[in-house]
Amino acid sequence: MMIDRAVVEKVAQLSRLALDEKEIELYIKQLNDILSTMEILKSIDTEGIAPLAHVLPLKNVMRADEVQPSMAKKEILANAPDEIEGMFGVPKIV
Amino acid sequence: MSDYEVIIGLEVHVELKTATKIFCGCTTAFGGEPNTHVCPVCLGLPGTLPILNQKVLEYAVKAGLALNCQIAEYSKFDRKNYFYPDLTKAYQISQYDLPIAEHGYIDIIVGGKEKRIGITRIHMEEDAGKLVHQGSTITTASGSLADYNRAGIPLIEIVSEPDMRSAEEVKAYLEMLKAIIEYIGVSDARMEQGSLRCDVNLSLRPFGQAVFGTRAEIKNLNSFRSVERAIKYEIARQEDILNDGGQVVQETRTWDETKGQTFSLRSKEDSDDYRYFPEPDLPPIIVDKAWVEQLRQDLPELPSAKKMRLITEDHLPEYDASIITASKGTADFYDGLRKHYDDAKKAANWIMGELMAKMNSQNVDWSELKIIPENMAQLLSELDKGAISGKIAKEVFAEMFDTGKKAAEIIKEKGLVQISDTNAISTVIDDVLANNPKSVEDFKGGKKQAMGFLVGQVMKATKGQANPAVVNQLLNEKLSML
Ligand SMILES: [Zn+2]
Repeated sequence: MMIDRAVVEKVAQLSRLALDEKEIELYIKQLNDILSTMEILKSIDTEGIAPLAHVLPLKNVMRADEVQPSMAKKEILANAPDEIEGMFGVPKIV
Repeated sequence: MSDYEVIIGLEVHVELKTATKIFCGCTTAFGGEPNTHVCPVCLGLPGTLPILNQKVLEYAVKAGLALNCQIAEYSKFDRKNYFYPDLTKAYQISQYDLPIAEHGYIDIIVGGKEKRIGITRIHMEEDAGKLVHQGSTITTASGSLADYNRAGIPLIEIVSEPDMRSAEEVKAYLEMLKAIIEYIGVSDARMEQGSLRCDVNLSLRPFGQAVFGTRAEIKNLNSFRSVERAIKYEIARQEDILNDGGQVVQETRTWDETKGQTFSLRSKEDSDDYRYFPEPDLPPIIVDKAWVEQLRQDLPELPSAKKMRLITEDHLPEYDASIITASKGTADFYDGLRKHYDDAKKAANWIMGELMAKMNSQNVDWSELKIIPENMAQLLSELDKGAISGKIAKEVFAEMFDTGKKAAEIIKEKGLVQISDTNAISTVIDDVLANNPKSVEDFKGGKKQAMGFLVGQVMKATKGQANPAVVNQLLNEKLSML
């Protein structure tokens, strides 16, 4: 068992997820299943193969430093749950 | 003398002076209405893709070269995951294990001794948005308001080795770092305006101990002065804890400028908690070696080289050379002045004296300066020619500083031209001697200070415009003949 209750609780906390007992049990099992499957990869010989940072054969995709119009403020704030003085209102942080 | 050695490393964030944000075309202009420089990319809306601004890469490489780093041939972006409302995506695009530059250094001078401070790495990342807390402090606030104009502004983070041992070394390092960044023109690097931000990692250890003690990270330092004060406070705080047999807690502390203290903000999340992983939306960066070499060749003269040049070629004292080269503004003004004026030492004196004093007292920045080097050169030439006295030159300078007018114009307008004409001065002296018989008697009776009084009277009668050397000479001659 690679994932125990403590790990699930910690990851849930970092992800701001409130899990109940049943969910914690479920995730312990599911995450361990996923990791066991991933373990299969370890049997592959990767000696001499450079680590891969990106799956596509792309590099140096860049844009020129030229200003483009931003989005209208009204649209930007359209999905804000709580708009106050042109800003996104968010609940108490700490 | 303390029993503990102070270990300090810095993390400096520098806002790059690009026109657009790091991954989208939104402007980086400062001071827009909240949320007007925002688009789906920098707001992190689903389905959007970031594209790297090539200027950001160029500036980061330039900074790496100027700070003596090795530029990575292969570099990539990573996601740094954490929840905070200034970050819309719940992750920041940063660089983790393959930063753009590593293994650099800055040479500083403290107490006349040179010291090399290592630079661990430089990486590129995006800035977060700005939060306004509704209430007096973050802990008592009822909620916060988010403005994302700053989200996505390009930053480089420059991480030093834990090589600094005192607040003085930190100050010297920061000043040199700021000067280099200004010289290469990749940022305004102004701490008060947030374009240069500094976090301090500080720990203590008993002298002779090999391992470092537990460190605290200090944030919210908004000026060079607050960096110095916070370091001194934090050293004393950790010393007290250790002396009482306690243990320093690894945590983030915030500096309170008014109270002059650091306060615990939160215990430091382990770096694992950020769960870094490669950013799948951005392909890796493979820099072209020839391009890097070109950038290296195009680097301007840097502060240390310029300082050496001022010492060897202009024969300035080391102190003067340090001050003149400490900021790009000062150095540029000096260079401009020297283009039109030969006397290096006098040029330096006027910049470090009159000019910088006025700039400090009126809180004027180099970019806001009205007086231009060419006009300042004219003023000094007038002074050298003897057309005006030193005292008048300072008056003229003050007016030039305030209005930007040319020296000759002010001298003419105000009729300030120095009188060196012997006949004219001679007439005034005769009048003064006739009107002050008592002082003349005093002088003849051996009271030498009467001479000073008489010189003063002549200067007064000529509104300070008489050439003091001529006045002294003529007065001496006349008195000796009486
Ligand atoms: Zn944008």
